[in-house]
Amino acid sequence: MNNKLKTLYKGILDVSPLMIPVVPFGIIFGVIGMDLGIGPYMTFGMSIIVFGGASQIVLLQLFSGGASSIVILSSVGAVNSRHLLYGAVLSEHLSGLKFIWKVIISYVLVDQAFAVSNEYFKKNKKNKNKHYHLLGGGATCWTIWQISTLGGIFLGSIVPEELGLKFAIPITFLALLINDFKKIKNVIVMLVSGLIATFGYHLIPFKAYIIVAALSALFVAVFLTNIRLSKK
Amino acid sequence: MHWSLIIYCGIITFLTRFSMIALLKKDTFDQKTKIILSYVPSAIFPAIIFPLIFLDNTGNLDFESNPKIVAAIVAVIIGYFSKNVIATIFSGIVSYWFLIFIFY
Repeated sequence: MNNKLKTLYKGILDVSPLMIPVVPFGIIFGVIGMDLGIGPYMTFGMSIIVFGGASQIVLLQLFSGGASSIVILSSVGAVNSRHLLYGAVLSEHLSGLKFIWKVIISYVLVDQAFAVSNEYFKKNKKNKNKHYHLLGGGATCWTIWQISTLGGIFLGSIVPEELGLKFAIPITFLALLINDFKKIKNVIVMLVSGLIATFGYHLIPFKAYIIVAALSALFVAVFLTNIRLSKK
Repeated sequence: MHWSLIIYCGIITFLTRFSMIALLKKDTFDQKTKIILSYVPSAIFPAIIFPLIFLDNTGNLDFESNPKIVAAIVAVIIGYFSKNVIATIFSGIVSYWFLIFIFY
């Protein structure tokens, strides 16, 4: 097996364990899309065009709550701002690639693919085909996400509403934060964000509670970071 | 829902991923900016999580007879100790089903 294929295969292998929670997440997205009456084409179209679980859920949730396009787009932008960090971290390894490679890799740069390829890049700096690792991981995420969305679209008409599958949304997001539960500064930031969003749900106009809460919490994060840096 | 809204959301999502890889030179962000960006998930996800748990369908606070709060606390505890994504999701949903089908 040549080096490109080997690296691609390693990417697929490395990301596979992280695909287990992606399956129910994708199914839930499909079910909720159908539940809200978005229809099978648009629900599946979102998974193809947007290809970002958190962005798609925010889009559905705010849309069903009657938010305007501006609020939806800025909230989706806020949810995605974490990708700025991923890109910044990876640019060191990917800066030499051709434009088309950067386009392809950007499309599949989801949380799970970033997590495993970042580790791989750190350990295999000399492999000139290391971007194949990210391609393998990203393509795996893409395939699993599309199949599970389709599964959800199909199940959407079968799954009874009494099961309360909507509750899976907050639980899935909560599960993305577990590694930060033991860091006190992160917990403070989480509580600020959550409380502002909850109590501001009616008070903040235009359904802008997500973006207002997130920006306020990030402001608190800046404040907490400054405290640490000045102590050093 | 319009296709245009989906396409705009797709463009924004793509650009946040693409911009840094395509435009940045090495080390454009200093260490402090990277630290602050690492707080983004903690700042954004609770803004989605909390209202879905604490508010009812009409958007009003619901602290009494709200099985979602109890189930979320179970998930937080399991997540805190196990650090396992699947165990966290599973424990939250199963305890929610237990509460709505058997307890309430």
